[in-house]
Order: sequence, then structure tokens, then C-alpha cells
Amino acid sequence: MIKRLWPYTKGYRKWIFTGILCSGSEAVFELLLPLVMAAIVDDFIPVGDTDAIFRYGALMVAMALFSMFLGIAAACLAARAGQGFGANLRQAQYDHIQEYAFRNIEKFSTASLITRLTTDCNTMQMTLMMGMRMLVRAPVMLVSALVLAIGISTRLSQVFLVALPLLAVVILSIILTVAPKFKLLQERTDGLNLVVQENLNAIRVVKSFVRQDFENEKFEGRNTALRSISEQAFGRVVINMPAMMLITYGTIIAVMWYGTPMVQAGELEVGLLTTFFTYITQVLMSLMMVSMIMMMLTRSVACGKRIIEVLDERPDIGDAAADPDARVEDGSIDFDHVWFKYNTASEAWNLEDIDLHIKSGQTVGIIGATGSAKSTLVQLIPRLYEATEGTVRVGGRPVADYTMEHLRDSCAMVLQKNTLFSGTIRENLLWGNEHATEEEIAQACAAACADEFIARLPGGLDMDLGQGGVNVSGGQKQRLCIARAILKRPRVLILDDSTSAVDTATDARIRRAFRTQLPDTTKIIIAQRIISVMDADLILVMDDGRISAMGTHDELMETSEIYRDVYQSQQEGASIDG
Amino acid sequence: MANPRPMGGPGGRNRHGYQKPKNMGKTIKKLMEYLGRSKWLLLLVAVCLVLYSVCTIGGSYLLKPLVNEAIIPGDYTKLAQILALMACVYVAGAGFSFTYTRIMVHVSQKTSFALRRDLFAKMQTLPLSYFDTHTHGELMSRYTNDIETITEIMNNGLASLVSGSLTFVGVVLMMIITSPLLFLVTIFCLGLMFIVVMTVGKRSRYFFAEQQRDIGIVNGYIEEMIEGQKVIKVFNHEAKARQGFARRNEAYRRSATAAQSFAGSIMPAMGNISHINYALTCCTGALLSIYMGLDLGSLVMYLQYVRQVSQPVGMISQQINNVLAAIAGAERIFEVMEVTPEVDEGRTTLVNVRRGPDGTLEETEDRTSHWAWKRPDGTLVPLAGDVRFHDVVFSYVPGKTILHGISLYAKPGQKIAFVGSTGAGKTTITNLINRFYEIESGQITYDGIDVRDISKDSLRRSLGIVLQDTRLFTGTIADNIRYGKLDATDEEVRAAARLANADTFIRHLPKGYDTWITDDGGNLSQGERQLLAIARAAVADPPVLILDEATSSIDTRTEKLIEKGMDSLMQDRTVFVIAHRLSTVRNAKAIMVLEQGEIIERGDHDSLIAQGGRYYQLYTGQAELS
Repeated sequence: MIKRLWPYTKGYRKWIFTGILCSGSEAVFELLLPLVMAAIVDDFIPVGDTDAIFRYGALMVAMALFSMFLGIAAACLAARAGQGFGANLRQAQYDHIQEYAFRNIEKFSTASLITRLTTDCNTMQMTLMMGMRMLVRAPVMLVSALVLAIGISTRLSQVFLVALPLLAVVILSIILTVAPKFKLLQERTDGLNLVVQENLNAIRVVKSFVRQDFENEKFEGRNTALRSISEQAFGRVVINMPAMMLITYGTIIAVMWYGTPMVQAGELEVGLLTTFFTYITQVLMSLMMVSMIMMMLTRSVACGKRIIEVLDERPDIGDAAADPDARVEDGSIDFDHVWFKYNTASEAWNLEDIDLHIKSGQTVGIIGATGSAKSTLVQLIPRLYEATEGTVRVGGRPVADYTMEHLRDSCAMVLQKNTLFSGTIRENLLWGNEHATEEEIAQACAAACADEFIARLPGGLDMDLGQGGVNVSGGQKQRLCIARAILKRPRVLILDDSTSAVDTATDARIRRAFRTQLPDTTKIIIAQRIISVMDADLILVMDDGRISAMGTHDELMETSEIYRDVYQSQQEGASIDG
Repeated sequence: MANPRPMGGPGGRNRHGYQKPKNMGKTIKKLMEYLGRSKWLLLLVAVCLVLYSVCTIGGSYLLKPLVNEAIIPGDYTKLAQILALMACVYVAGAGFSFTYTRIMVHVSQKTSFALRRDLFAKMQTLPLSYFDTHTHGELMSRYTNDIETITEIMNNGLASLVSGSLTFVGVVLMMIITSPLLFLVTIFCLGLMFIVVMTVGKRSRYFFAEQQRDIGIVNGYIEEMIEGQKVIKVFNHEAKARQGFARRNEAYRRSATAAQSFAGSIMPAMGNISHINYALTCCTGALLSIYMGLDLGSLVMYLQYVRQVSQPVGMISQQINNVLAAIAGAERIFEVMEVTPEVDEGRTTLVNVRRGPDGTLEETEDRTSHWAWKRPDGTLVPLAGDVRFHDVVFSYVPGKTILHGISLYAKPGQKIAFVGSTGAGKTTITNLINRFYEIESGQITYDGIDVRDISKDSLRRSLGIVLQDTRLFTGTIADNIRYGKLDATDEEVRAAARLANADTFIRHLPKGYDTWITDDGGNLSQGERQLLAIARAAVADPPVLILDEATSSIDTRTEKLIEKGMDSLMQDRTVFVIAHRLSTVRNAKAIMVLEQGEIIERGDHDSLIAQGGRYYQLYTGQAELS
């Protein structure tokens, strides 16, 4: 994992190395201080050497100051490196996600991509930051304190032979028993949050069915389960501290017991003996620190893995076979016996043997029941998905011949689940063409019948839409999305059920505008309502991944039973805007 | 040990930034009420804390006699005695430490349990208008961030804050007793530490606020753009998105680097000031020892105290920030708990009744399928389903009136339909029948009783609603249908599913009725989810039914298939239907055409067509085109 993530430290490596150096030296300095102190106590106090005491005192202050400098430097460098690494990692993920095809995005799901970009990245930058300080400090402390302790007295240092394994066993057994509990704790927290989330989403359902008590009971169950596992997990964790204290103090007592005869025999001085205590604490503390780092690392590893998954995901669709100079010359579309399935492993086809030829400038309507693969079919045109078998051609050339940029510039699509972004209406419209003139914007809005309501909005084109376009109604949102697509002046314009929230009269006006203003553009319209497609040059009736029938309205009324059915079911009552 | 943070939904992340509590006193008082439920345990914690601090200080105090009386003279009996005493003190200290931390774990879990329970229960009583004005993320973050912060501070912070202060005071006292002269040196260094903590702390809070603001911006951008990622692809907007992200990411990196640099510097600064303190004390002590006869044992002990005294200073300064954050979190929680709940002073209730032999109604515990309203005075009014609006005026936001004096009536068993464009107020009317919102003026009666006099639970129990967007719960398909009637038998569930024509698709699922639904039924199509919602309402078997675009996502062919089921569901019931397909409303007894909060036309299909008004236009809009 380190090998995989190391490249993202680029630009910050020198800080990492200097930081580690500072951190390590700081730890060493910290450990040398007690030695100087021992010299003062043991060597100079008994002989009353005031000069030496001042000299050594000044030395200690100097060392402390230097060590402070090192420590602050280490902290700043760690912050710089950690945040830099985090920023690189976030950017790399984000950039890579931009390469993703639809299939890649669906594989991860939006929510999970967001978590990976936010929480996971933050954990990783925190890990590097803490790691640069603790991961360096702890081992340096451990080793140097051990060395120094042995330097003072090899015999006394033998206590570590007992204390270290003992502490290691205690820490390990706590970690091992606690880890599964924490996993469970996480699961139960998620479970509890799920109940809250669902209640927030379904609050109207809960209230209409008067299920408050039922929900409270459900929550109580989750809440109790969470409480019990938390108490178990944290109850185990708190053993750590007292255990550590007992072992430390036990060691100190042992050292006194065995050290006193040595002091008596003149092998050891009192000052050194107290210094020895300090090292005992340091050694054991650093072991504790190591155990904490271990806990932190197990979490980070999980986060790191998730990030690497994002980075390693290979974009499904690329420009490898494209000719950079290829341009879409006209709006003709051909499907040559196209087969498609979303999941290559599955047996069932989502589209079966689609053979379809659309001339440039035609208007094509598509209807069919939910799940009949209408959207799937049109998404192959701007190469949002790649045909599994067969070829899709636009302007006479296979779609893979064009770079995605050129292809998608020429094939505008209004998605079923469309999104406006925070910012003004104008900023959103400019997504279609950032150089659009005021006049072009006005034209596009007129064609999409968006001009009438924009004029009534406070601020007009410059009204702020709020996140997700919350400040306009569903029908208004759809019309803005259409205007945004028209601004691209595309060769092919695809509307995937994009006027469902627009009333019939407006819908008809939009279609009329398409005819007069975009005569050369091929228009493909997916709709639920027959009236939205009945005047099209060609109507496809989709059924379970196949084109069940195609032709004009009159032809289909003759030949297609499904079409007739749908027509009649809608004839019994006109459909108006809901 | 790392405390795992729950990963809530996208809104679960803390976007509030650094917030200072506004009314600390009040919040602390409320928090104390929660903690007060464990007051005996907390008392025990306090005792343990004091004893623990005494042990810590006492242990160091024993070093003096140990060095002076045992180690230097080589008195082994004394050595054994003192060491044994020390061992006892240390073991006791560890014991007390374990006891209070363990109890605190219990208290903190108990408290957060109670907080969560109360918050959730409170949430259930909040009026819908509250949910309209607060995002889910905001409320989620009460659970994921705020309660978490409070638990954390109780788990570790609170006790260590107290024990830190106690140790600090104790150690300072011992220092003064041991050597007042040396203490002068210490005072100087402690003052230095305080200055560092205060200045760095202040600067770092400023940078932290910046960092929080920037992380909020980055997270917001990520959320919005990743959710719109498909649109980005369709519009070739990748490069722009990259640039936009890079700019925000860089701003966050800068402010976070500054904030973390400051935060990280406190510890080494404090630690090394403590070392300087150590050095100065050591020298001064040495001089005192040479010229003023300070014994070696006292010096050694004092040096040990010097080590101990700096620890709490750093810790306290750290914990104070955490405590402030926790109090701010608690404040946000209590804010929710203080929101006025739904008004519900109705005392008329819904009861099961039986016709007595003499034809009069009598209340019964049995589940008869006959219902009646029981007025506060005990009289029973049979439930019929007669709903009337008298000059109802309503607005979601004061000043923006949605309904302007609506009057309408639905006689028992009638099917009433609402048509009109988005925003005309169709859904609003149904929202008022079940009192999701309170009307401004006018009156709504139900079987002659003002709905405000009916207890909300009873009112809603008498109404079955299929809402515009279907919400499902994690659980099996059967569980979800059974939500309408918790004690429904398997057969009832199936019958309801058949009625809604959902039985066919359910049986095609891998595990049929036991298929597990997750993620709000994300693996089901919109149409299938609506069928489940209809089944859910069917199993509840309510006297009055409200269908709000209940079949909007079901294609017209399937709708025809469920028509029969719907018809039998609607039979003999008062039904309010909202639909944009006129086929669904055509056979309604009365059709109300709404426009901008007013009923502009009413009548049955034929009379409305004959009238030649708006309904006629809507209807013929298609005829003309065909």
C-alpha cells in the first residue's frame, strides 16, 4: 500500500524526510536531558562545583530550546506534508473520477465515492501527519531509552526482560479482544444511523400510519445494542491505562530494590538511579504509543485500500481508438445489430439486436414501459456506455472514432435524472457553451420555453439556483436543462423523458420550437405520453430490450399492439401536468 | 485508542465549522440533568478521582524518604517497608484509576443512550414544517457528530480534566511544601506555559475556524459535483470540474496546514518548556543543595514533580477545546429538543365499536371493522368519512398564502379528485386533512367534528395515504407491507399485495415476500415501489383513503391491470385522488380543478366537459392534437 500511495507525496517528500529527522532528533535530545541532570546530581553537587553546574544547566536549557525548535519544526513539517499528501490524494482521486465512464460511477455508487474523497482522505492525511511524529518518535524513544538504560546499568536493565514482554502481552490481548468489538460497534452505529436516516426520509409515512411508537421501539432496540457493545469495547480499552501504570510502577519498585545494593556498592549513583526511572517510563510509554499507532493504522489501511480502489479503477471507455481530428459531420445515427448488457457477467441482454438507422435532422420518438431499455438505447449514442456487440455510428463513423469531447459536444443529452448546480441560472446555462452570447442564451431559453418563467424570477438569469436547483420547480428545472443542452448547438439532441413535469401545452410548444429552430439537428425524444412523440418522423416502441415496432404514428396504430394499447390507455383521459 | 467515527450519510459530516456555545450556562444545566441520573456513580467517580490524585502525588512523595532514609544509608528494612508502601499506593492508584474510568464509560454510554433515545422520540413528534426547514444532514449530524463528541468528552475528557486539575493543584502544593525557593523557578516556567497556551491557542482557533470553513467548501463541492458527475460527463465539463476542485482543495490545504501547524506545535512547545523548567530547577536545586543544605532526596522528588506538573497543563488546554465543542454540540441537541412539537390537543379518539342488540353503538376492545369517534364526553359518533373544508386559508411560509379560502365536501363513500398544475395546492389539501400542517383560518371537519378536536393519532389512523414518493424501510417486502397493519397475517399481506397487483413481481423476486429491501428499495423500480405503497395502504384498511399521485410511475398498461384492485380498494370509502392522468380521476364523483390555491371548477367529468372551462381545455388539449 505504501508503495502504491507513495507517488502522491510528490512535492512534499523533502518535508517528510526533514520532518522525520526533526522528530527523531527531538526524541533523542529529550532523552539526553536526564543524563545531564544525573551528571549534575551525582558529579557536581557532592563536590560543590558551581561553575560546572551553571555550565551544565546552560547546556540543558540550550538542549531544551533546540529540542523545542526541532519539535515545532517537526510539527509544522508534518502538517505541511500531511495536508499536502491529503490534497494530492484527493485531487488524484477527483481527477481520476473525471475519467470514469457511467459504468465506473455506478460500480462505486455516488455515496461511496463521496466518502472516499472526504472521510477516507482526511484519515490518510491524519495518518501521515501523526505517523511522521509518533511513528518516528516511538521507536526512536524506545531504542534510545533502552540503549541509555543499558548504558547506565546492564544489570538493572534486565527488568525490561520481564516488563516489556508483559506489557506487550497485555496490550496485544487488549487489542485482539477489542478489535472485533470495535468492528461490531461500527456496524451497530451504522445500523442506528440507518434507522434515523430512514425515519427522516419517511417521516410522512411514519406519521400517516401513526407508527411513532413502533419506530421508537425499533430505535430503542438499536440504541440498546449500540450501548452494550460500546460499553464492552470501551470497558476493555480502559484497562490499558491502569495496566500500563501497574507495570511501570512495578518496574520502578523492582529497580529500587535491586538498585539500592548497587548504590551501596558504589556501582551506581542516586542521580543515575532516578534517571533510570525516567527511561523506564519512556520505554513503556513508547510501547504504549506503538500500540496506539497500530490501532490507528488498522483503520487507515482500510481507508487506504478504498482510495486505491478508486485510483486503480480503469475507466471503462477511453479515447484510445479515436482520431483526434474526427468531427461529427451530420446528425445521422446508425445502430448496426447492437447488443448490450450492463453487467458482462450476466446472461441476459439489456439490448438485443438493435438495428436502427436515423437520418440527419429527423425527429425520433421512443416509447415503452418502464424497464424496456429506452434510456439504455440512447445512452449508447454519446458513448456513455459502450455497445457490447455491434457498432453504433454517428455521422457515418463509429462513435469510438471520435474523441469523447468531440462526440459529446455534438450529441447533447438531457438526462432523466438531471442536475443543476449551485450558482446562477446563467452560470448553469453556460455549461452548454461558455462563450454563448446574450442573444444565444435568449434563443435557447425561448426554444426550451424557459424564457417566460425566467423573466418572472427575481434577478432573472442571474437568480441563484441554490444547491441542486432547489429554487425552481421540477418543470422549470427540466426546461433549464433543455436550454442548457440546446446551447451546445448539437448535431444530435437527446431528451430522456425530459418534459415529464412540463404541462402538455408547453411540451407541445417546445417540440414546435425544435422543429423550427433546430431543423438540422437530429432529435431523439423518450416520452411516457404518446402525444409527445406522435408527430415524430419515426417512433420506436421498445419492449424488454428489443425494438418491438417502428414507424410513424399511423403505421404503428396499424401494426403494433403495444402502441395501440398505450395509446388507448392514454386516450381515456387526457394527461395533464401533475 | 482510536474512537471509530460513524460514517453517516453525505450530510453526516460536520459542516458547522468551529462553533462556540451560545448559552453555556443553560446548556450545562441541561446536560447536568442527564448526568444527574447517575449522581451516585458520579460521586463515586469523584471520590476515586481524588484518591487517585492523592496516590499519584503520594507515590512521588515517598521518593524522598526512600532516597534519604533507605537508599543512601543502605537501610534494607526501611527500603522494604517504603517499597511495600509505594507498591500499595501505586496499586491503589491504578485501582482507583481503573474504577473511575470504567464507571465513566458506563455513565457516558448511559447518558448518550438517553440523549439518543430522547432525541429520536422528540424527532417523532416534530411537525413536518420543521423537516421542511431543516436538512436531513443537519439532523443526522446531531446523532453522528454531536452525541459522539459528548460521549467522547465524557469517556475521557471530563475525568482527565478533573484529575488533571487535581494533580496540578496537588503537585503545586507539594512543590511549595518541599521547597518554596525552587517553586519560584517553577512558577516562572508555568507562567510561560500559560502564555504559550493562550497565545498559540487563540491563533490556532482562528486557523481552525478557517480550516473548518474550507473543509466545508471542499466537501460541499465534492458532494454536489459527484452527484452530478453524469451531467459533467455529458457536457464535457471534466476539465472545468478539475480546476474548480483544485482551487478549493488548495485553499483547504493551506488553511489546514496552518491550523495543524499551530495545533501540533503546542505539545513540543509545552514539553520543552517543561524541560527548561527541569533544567533550571535542576541547577537551582543543585545550588540550593550546595549552599543551603537542600537534601538530595528532596531534589530528586522535586524533579519528579516538575515532570508531573507540566502534563496537566497541556492536557487541560487540550481538553478545554474539546469540552467547548461538546457543549456546542449539546446546545444543538437541546435546540432540537426544545422545538415545539406538533400541536395535538384533540381529545376525540377513534375506537372500535359494535352494534348492540338494540342498534346502539358500544365501544369494544375487539377488532371489529366498525369504527366510531369517541368524544371527550363519551358519546360515540360513527365514522363515516364525511370530510368538509370551510373557507380554509393556508400558507407554508407566513405571508405566502397557498390556499385562498378553499371550501369543499366529500360525502361518505365518494371519490374526490384534484387536478391542476404543480404548485396549485393539490398535495397541500391532503396534507391538511391529516393535519400535517395547521391551517391559518377556516375549519376542516371530519364527520362533523373539527379535526383539531380529534387526537392526531386517531385522525391519522383513520386515513390511509399513498404518498407521491414512496419510502420503504430496510426489511423484507412483507415487513414493508405490514407497516400498514403491524399484526397483519401472512395471508392478509398477500391479499393486499394481490389487490395492488404487486403479488406477481414479488413472487418473481429471488426470495419472494422475504426478499430483503435495502437502501429505500433502490433495487426496485419506481413503479414496483408504488405498488408496494398501495399494498401497504390496502392492508391498513382505512375508512378514508388519500392517493397522492399513487400511480404516477406506473406505466399506463400496468395501471390498467391494477385498476380493478384499486376499484375494490376504493369501494365504499371516501377517497381523495390526486393524479395527472385524467384516466385515473375520470370516474370520480367530483373533480376539483385547482389553480393557484383556488378551486376554479368543480363537478363530475361530464358536467365539467359540458362547462367548457379549464378542465375541458385540459381534456381537449389532447383531442385536438390527435
